[in-house]
Amino acid sequence: MKRFESVARESLEILNGLPHGAALLDGECRLLAMNSRLEALTGHASEDVAGVPGGHVIRNRSSHERSPFGEPIRTGAPVSMESDVVSADRRRVPVRITAAPLKGPGPSPAAILLFVEDVSVIQKLDALAQGPRSLPDLVASSPRMQEVLEFVPVVANTDATLLITGETGTGKDLLAEAVHRASRRAKSPFVKVNCGALPESLLESELFGHSRGAFTGAHADKPGMFRLAQGGTIFLTEIGDLPLPLQGKLLTALDDRAFYPLGSSRQVEVDVRVIAGTHRDLKELVARERFRQDLYFRLNVLGIHLPPLREREGDVRLLTDHFLERFARGLGKAVKGLSPQALAVLERYAYPGNVRELRNIVEHAATVCRQELVRPGDLPDYVLRGAAPEPVEPPASAGSSAGGLDGARGGLGGLPGKATWSEVERRMIMEALVECRGHRGEAARKLGWGRSTLWRKMRRHGMA
Amino acid sequence: MAKDETARDGLSGSRSLNLLVPLLGETVAPRFDLAREVLIARARKGRLTAEPRVVLLPGPSAEEICRLVLSERITHVVCGGIEDVHYQYLTWKKVQVVDRVIGNWEGALRLLLSSELRAGEVVPGPWSVAGRTP
Repeated sequence: MKRFESVARESLEILNGLPHGAALLDGECRLLAMNSRLEALTGHASEDVAGVPGGHVIRNRSSHERSPFGEPIRTGAPVSMESDVVSADRRRVPVRITAAPLKGPGPSPAAILLFVEDVSVIQKLDALAQGPRSLPDLVASSPRMQEVLEFVPVVANTDATLLITGETGTGKDLLAEAVHRASRRAKSPFVKVNCGALPESLLESELFGHSRGAFTGAHADKPGMFRLAQGGTIFLTEIGDLPLPLQGKLLTALDDRAFYPLGSSRQVEVDVRVIAGTHRDLKELVARERFRQDLYFRLNVLGIHLPPLREREGDVRLLTDHFLERFARGLGKAVKGLSPQALAVLERYAYPGNVRELRNIVEHAATVCRQELVRPGDLPDYVLRGAAPEPVEPPASAGSSAGGLDGARGGLGGLPGKATWSEVERRMIMEALVECRGHRGEAARKLGWGRSTLWRKMRRHGMA
Repeated sequence: MAKDETARDGLSGSRSLNLLVPLLGETVAPRFDLAREVLIARARKGRLTAEPRVVLLPGPSAEEICRLVLSERITHVVCGGIEDVHYQYLTWKKVQVVDRVIGNWEGALRLLLSSELRAGEVVPGPWSVAGRTP
């Protein structure tokens, strides 16, 4: 004991130089010495608590159990654990405790070196990095997105096939990855394949692999994405673009959990969870016989629909701040936020490209902005005009032609981004009638509709 | 290390005292929120008036101990580490709390009744090579 006390005194200088709390315990887990950081955390002076069991001084979660500090003495191997310590100022501080054996002259360890690392800052940073709902990069506070995010742990808890639908740019890829990360397969690969990016012959090889000599140029075996995702998740994005002949093979692979690589007679078995995503209406493709109904049912065991940004109340502001902070930091700029006018413009815009488009708009603004606040002049012109760079796809229920919509688009700038199609249509009719001084025939022509169509729509909106 | 708080309030006077100590075996529990049993004692004129009793809790719970403190009309709590929320609650309820105490409960109570127990006290015990003699 006395020898260790002298060792403790000598080692105190070294312990005090460490950036974390550190202590030296004897073979019975009694404190020999602790550094000044640990003294500050526990509120006890090292000399006052010499000889006291470590768990009574470092008041951690396992203080009331068999002390894990002694584990290195029993096993000779270091141990590390997440815990918390009630500090001198009565805070519960999250810590990582590592206990390492110190060898003496004999065969077994004679003392324990203990490190107590305050991880509260790391935990706070992690929480900030992961956003409000703790899902990677999925920033959302709107009620509709909250419903989606609450569903993620449920679908992550099963291996059933998941179909994610939603307009382009709504975050289908991110959601698929979030489901994978939250699942038991998180430590295995997450493989993404774009079914619309490759021609049929290449796509089959990409998905299922091929054997050497299967076709001209196949000089070696290729495992394919299904095999690369073994144990993990494969995300088939743009599944609506999957060629019909491959749909049959995919269905078989899903049913049998096995398939034949191109040019091979040997069946390959895989354990892969399949998530599919599309911006297309698969039901409509089924009706048009461009997508197999049995595959649609097989994929749609679980379904999540991601709402478009214009229907996500409050998320434009949240996402704008999120992207602006990220781009400003990346560009090394001192942009702190948006002026009220710029924010009003962004909140009015309809975002046909959804979150992806908003991210691009904010990147443009962060690049162009020369002040601390983004002003309307820093936004792309098409946003200022309130028009989208590409045609807005009207909902399927709207029986209007694209030409009619385009013709009226210039007048839609004043509508809030969350306006329903019905409100947009009503506003279009009103503006056309005002412009044509109430002449219905002219207004119908201007809108690209027949007179009877205009009359029917006016009645529906209570305007006639 | 400064011992910043004292429990001096005339404990040796004629006022009746109700004392509670969260326990881990024979010692003051290192943590208030993890204790599975508490010792309750009554004292008058600086002496215990009866044999202290030990109450087993259904599980470790700071809230349960706080509830017990109120129902038993406890005037003084001697404990190890306690979170501020519970400390503030108890002091708001006019309970005197002496925390960060290390050592066996008997020695801690003896120091308390002689108005010598301070927050952060290391009560001399079988393991201790430091601390004051009561």
